[in-house]
Amino acid sequence: MTQLPVITPYFADKQEVVDEILGRYPDYGRRSAVMPLLWEVQRGERHINEARIAEIADIVGMHATEVKGVMSFYSTYHEHPVGKYHLQVCATLSCSLAGADEMYDYLVDKLGIVNGETDKEGRFSIQKVECLGSCGTAPVLQVNDTYFECVTRSRCQHLLDQMRADSLPEPWRERGGDNVSAEKAQPLQTPASQTSGGES
Amino acid sequence: MSDAVADKPQAITSRHDPRYQVTLYEHVGVENAWTLDYYLSHDGYGAAKKALTTMQPDDVVGEVKKSGLRGRGGAGFPTGVKWSFMPKPDGRQRFILCNGDESEPGSFKDRYIFEDDPHQLIEGLIIAGYAIQATKGVVYIRGEYHKGYERLVAAVKEARDAGYLGKNLFNSGFEFDVIVHRGAGAYICGEETALMNSFEGLRGNPRMKPPFPAQAGVYGRPTTINNVTSITSSVHIIRHGANWFAGMGPEDSRGTKLYQVSGCVNKPGVYEMPMGATFGELIHDFAGGTSEPAKAFIPGGSSTPMVPFTDEYLSAPMSYDGIVEKGSMLGTGGIIVIPQEKCIVNFMWNCIRFYGHESCGKCTPCREGVATWMPKMFQKLVMGRGEPGDLELIETMSDNIKGTGFCVHADAAMWPIDASIKHFRDEYEYIIEHGVSKYPRTTWWKD
Repeated sequence: MTQLPVITPYFADKQEVVDEILGRYPDYGRRSAVMPLLWEVQRGERHINEARIAEIADIVGMHATEVKGVMSFYSTYHEHPVGKYHLQVCATLSCSLAGADEMYDYLVDKLGIVNGETDKEGRFSIQKVECLGSCGTAPVLQVNDTYFECVTRSRCQHLLDQMRADSLPEPWRERGGDNVSAEKAQPLQTPASQTSGGES
Repeated sequence: MSDAVADKPQAITSRHDPRYQVTLYEHVGVENAWTLDYYLSHDGYGAAKKALTTMQPDDVVGEVKKSGLRGRGGAGFPTGVKWSFMPKPDGRQRFILCNGDESEPGSFKDRYIFEDDPHQLIEGLIIAGYAIQATKGVVYIRGEYHKGYERLVAAVKEARDAGYLGKNLFNSGFEFDVIVHRGAGAYICGEETALMNSFEGLRGNPRMKPPFPAQAGVYGRPTTINNVTSITSSVHIIRHGANWFAGMGPEDSRGTKLYQVSGCVNKPGVYEMPMGATFGELIHDFAGGTSEPAKAFIPGGSSTPMVPFTDEYLSAPMSYDGIVEKGSMLGTGGIIVIPQEKCIVNFMWNCIRFYGHESCGKCTPCREGVATWMPKMFQKLVMGRGEPGDLELIETMSDNIKGTGFCVHADAAMWPIDASIKHFRDEYEYIIEHGVSKYPRTTWWKD
C-alpha cells in the first residue's frame, strides 16, 4: 500500500511568526497579511507551492485561488524552487545602457541556464527583472535579497567564483551623487539673510 | 512691479547660490545615519515636536500649503491642498500612506532615504499624520528594497521603544504608529489606488476614481497618499518654515528636490538641488558631464518624453512648468542621459518591453496594445524585419492606446515612443529601410 505523504504545515511550529504578522494590521485588515505570509514561506522554501497557498488562505480567511491570484500578480513570488543563489539581472534602461544585456548573456553562457530556469544542483537560477532602482550604480545584479552594484565583467566573474565556493561576499559599497561627509552634516541653520527676507 | 521684486530676495534657483544648503539628503551616505542616536544628535524629531506641541493640525496643513510643496512622485499635485481634501474627522480610522514603491526606471532617490535616513521618513509621517489627523501611517516599500526594508523596520522599532511612535507623543495627546508593508515587484503598485489594493491583500489593479482616497481609501477609510520625498520635505518645511522653502525655485515649483542622474555621465547618482536649476547645471556641474557624446536625455523617469541633448533643452529649468514648455515633464526627476551610439529604436524596445511586462492586464488597450502589439512591432524593427508603413502603424496605435486605460500606465508607455519618433524619426526610417540599426554598437559592459 502506498502511503500518501503527510504535509506538515509550514507554520505548524511558527505560530508566533503568524501572530506577529497578523498583529501588524488592524483586525478588519486581516487579508493584508497575505503578502508578508507569502514572503515568509518563500524565504524558508525558495518557492510557494499549492499546499502552502492553501495554508495561507486558511490563515487570512481567503480562498486558495484568491491567494494564488495575488501571488501570480507579482514577479518576485516563485511557484517553482529557485536556486540557492537566485540571480536577478536588471534589464531595464539604465542598466541596459551599462551593459546588462551582455551581463545576462555572460551568466547564461557560464551557467548553462536561461531566464526562469534553475540548474540541476539547485545552486543557481536566473531571472531577468525590471528596474531595481539602482540606475546610478548600473548594472546591478541582485543575488537573493542583496544588491551587487556597478558589476563589471571581472566583478561578475569573481562573484560567480565565490558563489560556486559557497561564500557570497559582502556587497561592495557603491554610492554616487551627493555624499555629504559626517562633519558637514550638522543641523542646518537657516541663513539670516533668508529669515529676514521672509519676514519683510 | 520692480519695487515688489526689490522687496523680496531673489529666489534660489541654483545650487551654486551660496545661500543654498542641502537638507533632504544631508545625512544620506553618512555611516550609521540610520540609527536613532545619530538622528537625535542632529535635531531629529525636533520638527515633529514643534508641530505637535506648538501648532494645530490646520496650521501644519497651512504651512505646507504656503511652502508651495508639490508632490514629488511625478504628478506634482500640491501636497498641502491634497492634505486639505481629507474629510472632517468622523470617528473612522484615517491613514497616511507613504508610496515607496519606487519603480520608475531612472528613479532611485527613495531607496537611499530608506537605507540611510529612515528616521527622517518616520518623522515626516508623524507630521503628515498629525496634519490630517491620522493615527496610522503605512509605508509601502517595494519588495526588492530589502536592505531599506530592514533598516526601516529597525528604525520603526527604535522609534517605538524610545517613545517617538505610540501614544501621547511629546505629551500632546496625539497617537501615531507606522505599519511597514513590503511589495513584491509590480510597477503598477506605484499608482495610488493600485497600491491601496495591493496593501489590502488584493491584486494590484487600479481602482475607479472617484471615490478618491480621501473619501474611501485603504479599507474604505479616509486616506492620503504621498511620495516618500513629499513626506520628508514636510519635516524641513516645519523645521525651517514655509518661507524658507518658498524662497527656493520659481513661482510654480517651490523648494528643494532630489534629482537622479544615470546613463552616460561621469558621476551618476542622486543630487539635491533647488527647483528651477537647469538640467545643464545638474549634468555638467554636478554629475561630471557626459562620459561619451550624448544625443538625448529623459528628464524625469522613463515615462516622460525624451528630448535632444542640446543647449536649448539643457538650459531649461527643472521645474514642473519649465520643462512642460519644452514638450516634456519633470516626473520623478530621474534623468537618463542616452549616448550618441545607442540605437533609439533598440532603447525604446527595452522601454516598451518594460511597460508591457508591467501592464496589470485590467484594460484591453493596455493589455493588448502596450503588453503585446507594441513590443512586437519594436521587436520586428530591431530584428531587421521592418517594412514601409510600420512607423505609421506604431504612430496610429499609439494614438489609439492613449487615454483609453483606467490609469495612466498606457499613456505613460506611449509618451516616450511619440517623443522618440518626433526627435529621432531618421533612426526609425533607417532601420526600416536597411534592416540594420544606424547605431549598431552592442558592447556596453565594462571589464
